[in-house]
Amino acid sequence: MRFFATIKIALRALRRNKLRTVLTMLGIIIGVGAVIITVGIGNGAKAQIEAQIASLGQNVILIFSGNVTRSGINTGWGSAGTLTVEDVEAIRREIDSITLISPEIRQIGQVGAGNQNWSTQLLGEAPDYFEIRQWRLADGALFTEQDVRSANKVCVVGKTVAAQLFGGESPVGQIIRVKNVPFIIVGTLLPKGLSVMGTDQDDVVIMPYTSAMKRVMGVTTLRGINVQAASERQLAETQRQLTDLLRQRHRIQPGRDDDFNVRNQQEIAEAATATSKIMAVFLSIVAGVSLVVGGIGIMNIMLVSVTERTREIGIRMAVGARGRDILLQFLTEAITLSSLGGLLGIALGLGGSKILSTTQGWPTLTSTSSIVMAFLFSAGVGVFFGFYPARKASLLDPIDALRYE
Amino acid sequence: MNAVIQLEDIHKTYQTGEVEVKAVRGVSLQLVPGEFVAIMGASGSGKSTLMNILGCLDRPTRGRYLLDGVDVSGLGRDELADIRNQKLGFVFQGFNLLSRTSARENVELPMLYSRRALSSREQHERAGRALDLVGLAERADHHPNQLSGGQQQRVAIARALANQPALLLADEPTGNLDSQTSIEIMGVFQKLNEQGITVVMITHELDIARFTKRNLVMRDGRVVSDVPVEKRLNAEVELRALRESQAAVKLVP
Repeated sequence: MRFFATIKIALRALRRNKLRTVLTMLGIIIGVGAVIITVGIGNGAKAQIEAQIASLGQNVILIFSGNVTRSGINTGWGSAGTLTVEDVEAIRREIDSITLISPEIRQIGQVGAGNQNWSTQLLGEAPDYFEIRQWRLADGALFTEQDVRSANKVCVVGKTVAAQLFGGESPVGQIIRVKNVPFIIVGTLLPKGLSVMGTDQDDVVIMPYTSAMKRVMGVTTLRGINVQAASERQLAETQRQLTDLLRQRHRIQPGRDDDFNVRNQQEIAEAATATSKIMAVFLSIVAGVSLVVGGIGIMNIMLVSVTERTREIGIRMAVGARGRDILLQFLTEAITLSSLGGLLGIALGLGGSKILSTTQGWPTLTSTSSIVMAFLFSAGVGVFFGFYPARKASLLDPIDALRYE
Repeated sequence: MNAVIQLEDIHKTYQTGEVEVKAVRGVSLQLVPGEFVAIMGASGSGKSTLMNILGCLDRPTRGRYLLDGVDVSGLGRDELADIRNQKLGFVFQGFNLLSRTSARENVELPMLYSRRALSSREQHERAGRALDLVGLAERADHHPNQLSGGQQQRVAIARALANQPALLLADEPTGNLDSQTSIEIMGVFQKLNEQGITVVMITHELDIARFTKRNLVMRDGRVVSDVPVEKRLNAEVELRALRESQAAVKLVP
């Protein structure tokens, strides 16, 4: 039997019971719509997180100082001060695959200018830091290697600090008191927005690490080291070399734990996306369940339809329809039902995503692949759940079917 | 002349639980092209079972059935479906038309399942010709619920003729019709028979059987009588007589 004739018969049969058809499709419509909205929200969230991760810089490896336990209290990564400026020199000297490196110390501290004051993140870095994080200036200049060598009292400030202390005025050239030590602001940074963890990255004062150590915090060890590898391929190897070098320098016996912690950007990204992945999986399961429920609805209605149309099946068989023709007819009907539902579901999903992103401000990202997948899945539901009723119809005995009242 | 139908000692036994029902017990029969046969018998005589076997809807338990020279007694479901499609036309007591489907589309139905596909225009034309043959050409676009019983049965006959079968099988074709419409339908069969189509029908009405050429009577699964029809009725003549008598009744004040 010809393809179009089959489709035509299927559409006619579905038109015959419009309300029933729509109600049956509803399961699929909601299922597919839910899939598309869920995937859209998931992708949107993922894209947002990826953008945040990218703001960390590329091919970045972070080394944290180890942790210590004093009187039974573990103070966490970076607190032990196991990393030193000499470690940084050794890394720069011995590991070729490193293009940029910046020692880091950080502290929360009070800053002030004029009669304003503000608590903010104080960062001591090398000029490489801005390159590693691809953080550009809004105004002024960066501090230099010369500033680092001389431990000059200069700094650059993030947008939030600039706004808090100076309002609309340009802070460049102004004096800022960092824990009561006067620094000259040489530049302001472009905003970077929220970090992966949700903290304001622009609430920061960055100064040469030497100045931070000697003039502000009075420490001799580093909290961490930011490193950029030359390429993504070298990331793992560089990470290994760093670990080996630092173990050697810190004289850690084989089998003992590191007194530092090396993480690359990938791992940080994975940690950050883990939650959204779990959420996506969970929502996909919910959507999948609703598709299955929709499929069962289709199966149910198809079984009813086969029973109702037993006589029709008998007539068709009497005039020469093979079992296969009947099977195809009912299967086509089920697939048409579920595919139509799928198309409407796609429309619902796209509309729903649009509404969510405009009214709730959720970032949704509907991809063509998710639409195609949803459609194929809905058609697949039709095949899967339509097959049994169709097969049942095709196996009817023509005599019994003709006699059916 | 080669027989259209040749039955050789056909048996059909149904197994219903513990009990064996012997519906047909040894029927041998030969039909040549152009015959017009009525099979009669009380209910339970096995005539419907025989009809199902003749119609390739059912297979005999024992015996040989040659249809148009082909042994069909051992064929599978699909092959029997093809035989029904190509060589047989069915007319049922309850018309069995697809509702919500126009007369023409009903007639096109067997062509839809034909192994050699026809273009939809060809199907359209053929259906038109078949409807013309039963005198319903102008009703082609009507749906069954817009047609009278007699007209519905004519559509069913047109459908049976769609694939130009060798044999027309009718199971009590006049069972649901009044006497005048019955005679009209018999007229259609007579006309088709004159054009060379072999017709086998089941009926329990003796006067309907007298429109055919040969009468078979079945009892307990066997053919007990097989006689040519003497004083065969002509549908046109009978119809005219009926109309005259009706007119006469109306003329009486």
